[in-house]
Amino acid sequence: TEEEIMIRDSFCTYCQEKLMPRILMANRNEHFHREILNEMGELGVLGPTIQGYGCAGTSYVAYGLIAREVERVDSGYRSVMSVQSSLVMHPINAYGTEAQKQKYLPKLARGEILGCFGLTEPNHGSDPGGMETKAKYNPSSRTYTISGAKTWITNSPYADICVVWAKCEDGRVRGFVLERGMEGLSTPKIEGKFSLRASATGMILMDEVEVPEENLLPHVSGLAGPFGCLNNARYGIAWGALGAAEFCFHAARQYTLDRIQFGVPLARNQLIQKKMADMLTEITIGLQHTPEMISMLKRNSCGKALDIARQARDMLGGNGIADEYHIIRHVMNLEAVNTYEGTHDIHALILGRAITGLQSFTVGK
Amino acid sequence: MSARVLVGVKRVIDYAVKIRVKPDRTGVVTDGVKHSMNPFCEIAVEEAVKLKEKKLVKEVVAVSCGPQQVQETIRTALAMGADRGIHVEVSGKDYETLGPLQVSKIFAALAKKEQADLIILGKQAIDDDCNQTGQMTAALLDWPQGTFASEVTLEADKLKVVREIDGGLETIKINLPAVVTADLRLNTPRYATLPNIMKAKKKKITNVKPADLGVDVSSRLEVLKVEKLKEAGRI
Repeated sequence: TEEEIMIRDSFCTYCQEKLMPRILMANRNEHFHREILNEMGELGVLGPTIQGYGCAGTSYVAYGLIAREVERVDSGYRSVMSVQSSLVMHPINAYGTEAQKQKYLPKLARGEILGCFGLTEPNHGSDPGGMETKAKYNPSSRTYTISGAKTWITNSPYADICVVWAKCEDGRVRGFVLERGMEGLSTPKIEGKFSLRASATGMILMDEVEVPEENLLPHVSGLAGPFGCLNNARYGIAWGALGAAEFCFHAARQYTLDRIQFGVPLARNQLIQKKMADMLTEITIGLQHTPEMISMLKRNSCGKALDIARQARDMLGGNGIADEYHIIRHVMNLEAVNTYEGTHDIHALILGRAITGLQSFTVGK
Repeated sequence: MSARVLVGVKRVIDYAVKIRVKPDRTGVVTDGVKHSMNPFCEIAVEEAVKLKEKKLVKEVVAVSCGPQQVQETIRTALAMGADRGIHVEVSGKDYETLGPLQVSKIFAALAKKEQADLIILGKQAIDDDCNQTGQMTAALLDWPQGTFASEVTLEADKLKVVREIDGGLETIKINLPAVVTADLRLNTPRYATLPNIMKAKKKKITNVKPADLGVDVSSRLEVLKVEKLKEAGRI
């Protein structure tokens, strides 16, 4: 719609003018610009699909377009934004009490506080149902005692709140809002990370953290809770990955037009042209899908984007490995994007089950 | 303050686009090319909205002349904070020959119709670089003008304007109503926020034809040819 186009264009200008200049050094030095949350908050793009509480209340298409513009700059920045909007604001909005919404949502929308989403554990990635983090209820103090470890948590080293999913005594997974300062809660940073370097990733370590019962998200139990959040984010990721692919395509196109070897621009060569034709085809097709096909969309967009980025890197030859040309950064980032939110293979199995009616996640029946 | 400000916004080819001359050399290629609001017009809108936020003016009206597409440009102004828009419909051959003389006549007529107290325009458009519309509008209305403004301050019923001129900065004081044209350093235009873009949808844009304003848009100029600049010579 005209409005969605205006949103995209306005935000595109912000991303190119304010985020692009920062990303080279942010990625090289692994520096997380916490300020971008406040800037995005001012523009009203955090939690954009939520109605009320200081949020814009716009469409999923607009959210996808916003994600695409951010990821055109960097997947790390887009991960930060997705986590805040879909994995922190969304569960509080969808599963929380009115009091919780009033307490957290406006501040999250303005970027005043930063949140993170704790589901994945060191021993449980693709199978979150097997999680070992436990929540035990204490009737005397009306609190839950939560112990366990979460890893690969975007934002955690800097987060003010953590939406943590833990298994309760009845065997059901439930969500809790933990706040920085609670005793026993620590969020160490993961070092030596070669993807999404512009965003801070860490663990959430909980050593008998006492969480008041009013911090439980009451309106959901079971894995439907975290999966609902991930579904919300997945649409943004599918569009976002295509934004990264588009950047790589345009960068490779400009480079091959400018670089002259053997007296002609590289772009004069058939092989180069075929690569670009394939890239553009995949990107264009990728932008056509509808939200219902979200599994296919995520898997396809992320996988293709990674291929496109690798091809583009190759087209830049030696210059392609220098971060000054940006493409290698997208290649690194897209490795993570392809993996999180349901690996390429897992989505393949989801689609396989939908197609055949038979599950092949496990060996048993 | 019951002041009403008219802000002119022009839809031009985006500054980042690589311009190509049409094969028949009658103009430049515009079909399918990215267009956006003239950067100096953005600065003009920003200044008008700032005046409204300071409660020095009551209403900001964004005006654009052209075909259906200029409504996008007006909507951008609304998303930045203008209250309503006026789309002066000019299309086809008339639009191709539309220039400062015709536009200034339109603005003069609108200023009288809308009882505007202040007109803010960009100092020039980045496609034709004319730098004439503001000056002509002021002359037609017999209003004072503060052009190349890098600072505008309202002092009672007078306007203090700091102008960027070749020799440096010149400060003048002019009576209202007046025409001001915005220069680069007047302000930094805001990004339209999501909530404001969505509010802009509900703001009104009225359509009007030049004939309704008693303006003849026929051009006195004929473009003979448009050519790409030859490469600079080598030493």
